[in-house]
Amino acid sequence: MTVLFGQLFTGVSIGAVLLLIALGLALTFGQMNVINMAHGEFIMAGAYTTYVLQQTITGAGWSLLVALPVAFVVAGTMGVLLEVLLIRRLYARPLDTLLVTWGVSLILQQLARDVFGSPNVQTRAPDLLTGNIALPGGLTVATNRLFILTLAVAAVVALTLALRLTPLGRRIRAVVQNRDLAAVSGIATARVDRTTFFIGSGLAGLAGVALTLLGPIGPTMGTNLIIDAFLVVVVGGIGQLKGSVIVAFALGVLQATGEYLTTLSVAKVLVFVAIVAFLQWRPQGLFTLRTRSLA
Amino acid sequence: MTSFRGRILAGALTLVATAALAACGSKTTDAASGTGVSADVSGDTVKVGLLNSLSGTMAISEVTVRDSIMLAVEEINAAGGVLGKKIQPVSEDGASDWPTFAEKAEKLISQDRVAAVFGCWTSASRKAVKPVFERNKALLFYPVQYEGLEQSPYIFYTGATTNQQIVPGLDYLKAQGKKSVYLVGSDYVFPRTANKIIKAYAEANGMTVLGEDYAPLGSTEFGTIVNKVRSSKADAVFNTLNGDSNVAFFKEYTSAGLTAESMPVVSVSIAEEEVKGIGTQYLTGQLTAWNYYQTTPGAANEKFVAAYKAKYGAEKPTSDPMEAAYVAVHLWKAMVEKAGSFDVEQVRAAAGGITFEAPEGTVTVDGPTQHIAKTARIGRIGADGLITEVWNSGQPITPDPYLKSYPWASGLS
Repeated sequence: MTVLFGQLFTGVSIGAVLLLIALGLALTFGQMNVINMAHGEFIMAGAYTTYVLQQTITGAGWSLLVALPVAFVVAGTMGVLLEVLLIRRLYARPLDTLLVTWGVSLILQQLARDVFGSPNVQTRAPDLLTGNIALPGGLTVATNRLFILTLAVAAVVALTLALRLTPLGRRIRAVVQNRDLAAVSGIATARVDRTTFFIGSGLAGLAGVALTLLGPIGPTMGTNLIIDAFLVVVVGGIGQLKGSVIVAFALGVLQATGEYLTTLSVAKVLVFVAIVAFLQWRPQGLFTLRTRSLA
Repeated sequence: MTSFRGRILAGALTLVATAALAACGSKTTDAASGTGVSADVSGDTVKVGLLNSLSGTMAISEVTVRDSIMLAVEEINAAGGVLGKKIQPVSEDGASDWPTFAEKAEKLISQDRVAAVFGCWTSASRKAVKPVFERNKALLFYPVQYEGLEQSPYIFYTGATTNQQIVPGLDYLKAQGKKSVYLVGSDYVFPRTANKIIKAYAEANGMTVLGEDYAPLGSTEFGTIVNKVRSSKADAVFNTLNGDSNVAFFKEYTSAGLTAESMPVVSVSIAEEEVKGIGTQYLTGQLTAWNYYQTTPGAANEKFVAAYKAKYGAEKPTSDPMEAAYVAVHLWKAMVEKAGSFDVEQVRAAAGGITFEAPEGTVTVDGPTQHIAKTARIGRIGADGLITEVWNSGQPITPDPYLKSYPWASGLS
């Protein structure tokens, strides 16, 4: 029972990490059709932001709290710069976007190496997030993973509400559904794109902060995760969030179960096989967005 | 729309594959003739190669080894060099990537024409460079504890083999009354071989192995493994994880409520430097098995620690692999001087019986195995990040890389 619960919780928390990373991609890749290979480096930027803040602000708890908004802005700003300087010029050329952003990701990795040194660095977690909460029946929940789960859920709720209820969200949805019609209706699509990119990249920064609670911070930490995040968005279905949410948790639980029954490497293979099989059956992903757009 | 996306992703994969192939193709094959390249000792300096991962997941450990080799080189140069020649170090970055190690080894031997190479940490990197050194008949000094079952004529092993580290570690657990262990390791040759040895030991000594799990090098997701370890209710964990996977593992371990009191972990790849990187809050009270600690008593160690701190900063700890690397350079000097030549075959012939007053105590080169007799030491990690000895073997243990003197290990090699 404790094992089963432990595994379920592990799966859900792997899913939460995946979700945090995929959420930003669901916006930039899912909504804007931009394949941004540098998304992983925005995660890294968020993680290093946490590290730098911890060097300046003493007290692990405060620096983590401060890091959340700061990392969001830092990664978001990097995203906007990337959008304004490069991606904006390549909107109709997806393959070129992919190549250019891949190049940017390599440049950012080297930059991190030059600034912070090649060896990975670590942050201290606040004491509150190093232990666990005991539940009745001998079950325990690690507080750092609970924190990440809460953060992921909060990010999904905030993003969903923003897309549904705010004027900005309405504009973003309008541009996704039919860019031309949105433009002739008086929506400044370029500005909407920039804002979307800011939020999407900022979410990657948040993911970076969360990851510092689990492992080391290094120049290549983003690349290790970006493939999984792309898979989440592709399997979930392009153009909406709910698919990504479901798939992130499903893949997390599948990974944890596979890992428990076999080994970590075999579990990874099982997950990939499951994804390939699923995409054979539903190439459009779990959910599809019906639009009147001809694109 | 979807198929277009598919094409793009396929394109990206092709691109990555092409880049990888191009990297493979660019390897130098200058010295493939097999005759060997002799070292360039014509000038008044002699070059030695330093081959360590200065970037990537292993950099947390290997950078300090490089620093330690540099310290030994400086000391020797200040005292007049080797056979009247100053040592000129040439440093290369193995980048935590095994083919890169092989490529850089080839470069050091055939382009820089070094007299000896010091370095490598993971057994995967040693296995990758081994054929390069054997083909070129060049010397490698390998300064890290490893899984044994190897004896290359062109490698000197100055770290511990299994009977000087893992077997004493298990003896200690047995003496403490631990009846069951859980094995956690990185997924490559050292942990897998070490665990094979541990399982053979356990079977012969009435201990049970409740499970073994491997994580890819650099992996940071330990939720499941820690969950399995906890539910196994083992008496102790034997940890052969390498690099900063240890950071993620111990964070998870502590979060799961496991402590040194409830389930001690014996680690064979965590020394003072890694303790600092992982964070003492996660490690206090846990055990390590090595041959040297910064706290090891003796005049030679006091001198070594003082010199290291003077060069690299007072907050920098010294550790076992650093000490073994430092010793390696001094042993090479002694071998060369005994041989009266930098020639590899003459150096090898002179090696047996050479002793050095090392920081860990007197070490002796064992001629036939090219390993070193060392004292085994079990230590406990303190809240200050230093490791204090709780047990030692009393005298240097003769290296036995193939565990021939242990009946239970007969099926292993």
